[in-house]
Amino acid sequence: MEFLVASAVGVLTGAGIYLILRLRTFPVILGLALLSYAVNVFIFASGRIAIGLPPVLSYDDRDYSDPLTQALVLTAIVISFGMTAVIVMMALGSFLETGDDGIDMTDGEDRR
Amino acid sequence: MNHWIIAPVILPALLAPLIVLGMRNDLVLQRVFGLAGTLALLLISGGLLYTASVNPPEVYFLGNWPAPFGIVLVLDRLAAIMLTLTAFLALMVQLYAIGTGWDGRGKHFHALFQFQLMGLCGAFLTGDAFNLFVFFEVLLIASYGLMIHGGGRDRLRAGVQYVAYNLLGSTLFLFGLATLYSVTGTLNMADLAVKVASLPEGDAALIRVAGVLLLLVFAIKGALVPLHFWLPATYANAPGPVAALFAVMTKVGAYATLRLYSLVFPPDTPATGALFGDLLLPAALVTLAVGALGVLGAVTLPRLVAFAAIASMGTLFIALSGFTAESTAATLYYLIHSTLATGALFLIADLVQARRGDSSLRHACPPIAQQGLIAALFFATAIALAGMPPLSGFLGKLLILDATRDNLTTVWPTILVTSLVIIIGFSRAGSQLFWKSHASPADPAPRAAEPLAFTAVFALLAALVALTLLAGPVTAYLQATAAELMDGAAYVAANRLPELP
Repeated sequence: MEFLVASAVGVLTGAGIYLILRLRTFPVILGLALLSYAVNVFIFASGRIAIGLPPVLSYDDRDYSDPLTQALVLTAIVISFGMTAVIVMMALGSFLETGDDGIDMTDGEDRR
Repeated sequence: MNHWIIAPVILPALLAPLIVLGMRNDLVLQRVFGLAGTLALLLISGGLLYTASVNPPEVYFLGNWPAPFGIVLVLDRLAAIMLTLTAFLALMVQLYAIGTGWDGRGKHFHALFQFQLMGLCGAFLTGDAFNLFVFFEVLLIASYGLMIHGGGRDRLRAGVQYVAYNLLGSTLFLFGLATLYSVTGTLNMADLAVKVASLPEGDAALIRVAGVLLLLVFAIKGALVPLHFWLPATYANAPGPVAALFAVMTKVGAYATLRLYSLVFPPDTPATGALFGDLLLPAALVTLAVGALGVLGAVTLPRLVAFAAIASMGTLFIALSGFTAESTAATLYYLIHSTLATGALFLIADLVQARRGDSSLRHACPPIAQQGLIAALFFATAIALAGMPPLSGFLGKLLILDATRDNLTTVWPTILVTSLVIIIGFSRAGSQLFWKSHASPADPAPRAAEPLAFTAVFALLAALVALTLLAGPVTAYLQATAAELMDGAAYVAANRLPELP
């Protein structure tokens, strides 16, 4: 289980970073989305991996899965979802305004 | 519990939706309510500044949940100073935006402005690391909207870069927080301070990773080289008043670094030692050098100011990396000074740009309306920002040099040489903009006087003058602040953490 989670985080992060370094906005946005998935899984794992356990403490059973990381991950999901929507809209606006979806300021443009 | 502590977050949080929902088509109402809100924020911050100066750190327990389990807001001297600074700058920027009509060039300027203030105030007040992340996101999402206010192709494209860079920063922030949580099992800053100080030997490596990840995030916010690439294009393409407000956004990075690394990871922590100061100092020195070279080489006025902002962040982080009471007091003085000066210079750059049509420094243009006045304002602000006497920049740099006396071979030459380079850059820009235009026979295009806009710039300059004249009492207050920061015990005690069994 640890190997599965760790490799999932690793693969998602690697793919995300590769995509972020691309030149066009669409792969960059996909890369950001993949990175946010990676970090969500990572936050889950930071509360220790517990399978089939309730997120509450009980008197007779000392084992539980950490409820705080679940709350954190929920916050992170909501925020990253909203932010992805914002960047999609802005990339779309920039594409419609400039006619191409490059992420760089073309040479000379940022000097004006 | 003192309920005023949460007012700086609640007030803009209520006002912004009200402006969006109730007065979306009435610019006059938006202006009245926006200004009233920011003025109220300034008054509340002033009250909190006084409260913080007479009382030890005070904690506001949200929902009355006890400390490490609920979210807390903490009011101490540092938070109060940052709040007051933000509210004052915001009020002036808002006056300027109204005076020049910037707020009418797109929709929802005032609502986004209030959301931005909410995020800033929350980030300064919160005593919970994850809550800090949430407020960072609040201020960022508002800043995305403000940055592309008014539209235009260059602005939109720079905006996409800005958003992408900051989303990456947010992801990094989450990685850092999750690592921190997995080691310590808490995210309350006071609790973190206690847990990190008594960490078992085996967890030292992991906590260092978490600390460095968080440092990277704050370095992105504070535009430290090599993570500064988002800043020049963003600041140069953002609307003038928004860029002026963003002068306090880079300071959020500095604030978070100061807060977290003086409270949670002070240099006497066994697990981390002086690691963070040692990482910050070289980066800050390079940042200062890059900023100074950028000032010398910039081809437009907004880019010049953006690089001056980078240089001032470099100077700030040089002082910050010391983590001693003396260097922290110098950091805070320079922080207040550079926020006001950078903000004023962005407003002046916007005044020039609005009158010239373009702001290229490559060629001289015919004279502009109100040339003499704007030239005088530019001259005074450039003196302040470059760190020449008699304004507060000089005092700030003097304090920093004094605090870094044991670093005579690296810090002193860098600060002194870059100051000269920045002075040359500013003089070149000023003569190109204001002197060479006299060669042209054309009369300036007439333009209305815009009294509100000039009032805003003058008020920022007046604040700089006041900071210079009242340097004695101000540094005394800042020294008390620094002493409070260096001794985290009062901050931790205010959280009333439960005794461990």
